[in-house]
Amino acid sequence: MPKTARRKKRLDRSVKVRTEGLYALTSWSEITYLLLPRLVLIMGLLSLPFFLDMYWQRVLCAAGIYGLLALGFDFLAEFVGLVCLGGAFFIGAGGYISGLLNAYLGLSPLVCIPIATVAGAVISTLVLVPALRLRGIYFAIVSFMFPLFAVYIIVALSAFGGTEGISALDNLPNQWVEVYLILAAVLVSLFLLRRLVDEDMGLILRAIKDNDQAVKASGISITTYKIRAVFIAALIGCFGGAYLTHLYGWLGISLFGMDFSILPIAATVMGGMGTLAGGVLGALLLTPLSEALRGFGQLRVVLYCFILLLFIVYKPEGFLSYFQRKYHQFELWEEV
Amino acid sequence: MEIIIYGTVNSVIYALIAVGFTLVYGVSRVPNFAHGSIYVLVGFLTWTFINSIHLHYAVAIVLSLLVASFLGLIIYRFVLIRLRGMATSEIIASFAVSLIILEGLRLQGIAGFKGFIGPFYVLPPFFQGKISILGVFVDYQRLIIIAACFVLVAALWIFTHYTKMGLSLRAIAQDERAAMMLGVHADKTAMLSLSIGSALAGLAAVLILPLGNITAEMGYKVLIYALAVCIIGGLGSWVGAILAAFVIGFAMKISTALFGAVWESVVLVGTIILILLVRPSGLLGKQKELEERV
Repeated sequence: MPKTARRKKRLDRSVKVRTEGLYALTSWSEITYLLLPRLVLIMGLLSLPFFLDMYWQRVLCAAGIYGLLALGFDFLAEFVGLVCLGGAFFIGAGGYISGLLNAYLGLSPLVCIPIATVAGAVISTLVLVPALRLRGIYFAIVSFMFPLFAVYIIVALSAFGGTEGISALDNLPNQWVEVYLILAAVLVSLFLLRRLVDEDMGLILRAIKDNDQAVKASGISITTYKIRAVFIAALIGCFGGAYLTHLYGWLGISLFGMDFSILPIAATVMGGMGTLAGGVLGALLLTPLSEALRGFGQLRVVLYCFILLLFIVYKPEGFLSYFQRKYHQFELWEEV
Repeated sequence: MEIIIYGTVNSVIYALIAVGFTLVYGVSRVPNFAHGSIYVLVGFLTWTFINSIHLHYAVAIVLSLLVASFLGLIIYRFVLIRLRGMATSEIIASFAVSLIILEGLRLQGIAGFKGFIGPFYVLPPFFQGKISILGVFVDYQRLIIIAACFVLVAALWIFTHYTKMGLSLRAIAQDERAAMMLGVHADKTAMLSLSIGSALAGLAAVLILPLGNITAEMGYKVLIYALAVCIIGGLGSWVGAILAAFVIGFAMKISTALFGAVWESVVLVGTIILILLVRPSGLLGKQKELEERV
């Protein structure tokens, strides 16, 4: 009886012939190998609402909002080199515009949300533009200050409902629209951003992060591209804000709260910076956790920060990058 | 007259708040977002030492300043040292530390304290009473703040120009590689700068806090003022920071006198945006628009 020799085979060797990004697919198993993680994410997200009751569907919606913010943060930090500590400003701008349109002009939420998304993004970008001309930590500082200033100004002038906020805004038509609107937004922006960072514009943005002098020497305006990138991130964030006001039918100064700035950052760092999808997964894990800890009040923020600190110091690559590596290194025995 | 005197007092307060932040950033290029939280923490510790352990006021202050500088040391030694050079991670990590301290303080009900909601946490002023200067009543505490600020600036000047430690701080700030070649230990210096910066935040706290209550919200406010002063003055520039403190202090005082107190924060935002538009790197900043590579 002939002895059968066995050897270890790595699945991704034949798929990635030359590079990480160029694939050569020769069999169904290889196609499956590539598609499986993506399909699991899409199908998992889309089928999740069927298994949840009403309360946890709401939590899923909140997780979607945090996921959107995490996408924006990750995109700005890892692909443009701008650390945005003020995700709450996007939420607040989008939320307030949408809520005010609804409260004062009586527009339907389905009209308010798109208007607020664009208008909020324009405002956020205009406010952040002065900080974009410098490199370094200026952007981080200025973006950190604006949500807090927005609160001071709203309280001081008692504009737009002041500290009380405005309640009894129109909700979205029904619960399934609510859930699937945010899930669709997350998936669409995730895959569009992933596409964007590999396009020409993404290359330029990454070049700005790595060596802005070289980009400028090529005759490309750094500031214009940074403005575009901030606008994209602000669009995503403002959609989240506009959606949030109509989800809860309420707007107030807690839209500028620290939760919206810190949780997406924690989610991104936990999921893996620079992976885009990592932030979404991190948000899907952290938001239910924070719901479960609702009784502890402010201790939640301490907890996120602690997770954030542990991950950034001891596991800076994040869990998605870790699992991705393991998946790529997956080996199986084959007979020779 | 009132505007001039109280404007000066306010400006000096902003300068005190900002000087620690700008020292740390100037030396180690670490934006210490934990600045505001250390400020509140020191105030709270002093309060605890006085009211729970019944120490003498002066002893309590010295003790809590020591704790603050030790805390700065620990933050650098255990967190930031692992992240040197990664700007994104440095910012996020120090921001996380800041939130842990501040939000943790908010709920020290767990740790056996009474909680910020209960009785007001107030530090007593050093000396009671007020004095009339040219017809305006100023209490002694505000005069002490002004005097302390001048002493502090002079002391820092002497420290950084005539002591070995201070010279090594400036050396690292100017040219890290050359300084390291001459035997200055970059990490030790940065650690030192963080602990001095934290002690300065604490010093500002014990000087300024007798004017009002200690609240957790104050941490954010102090951090914002420190950041605003540093942005307007130019990050890492001390003279710029002091100049900017006076600009902001008087701008806010004048606007309050003319339009009322609600416009204070609007004026602050306006000043920051204006300065960033006209002189992006601040009044005396040398931050470049492009990354410089040798």
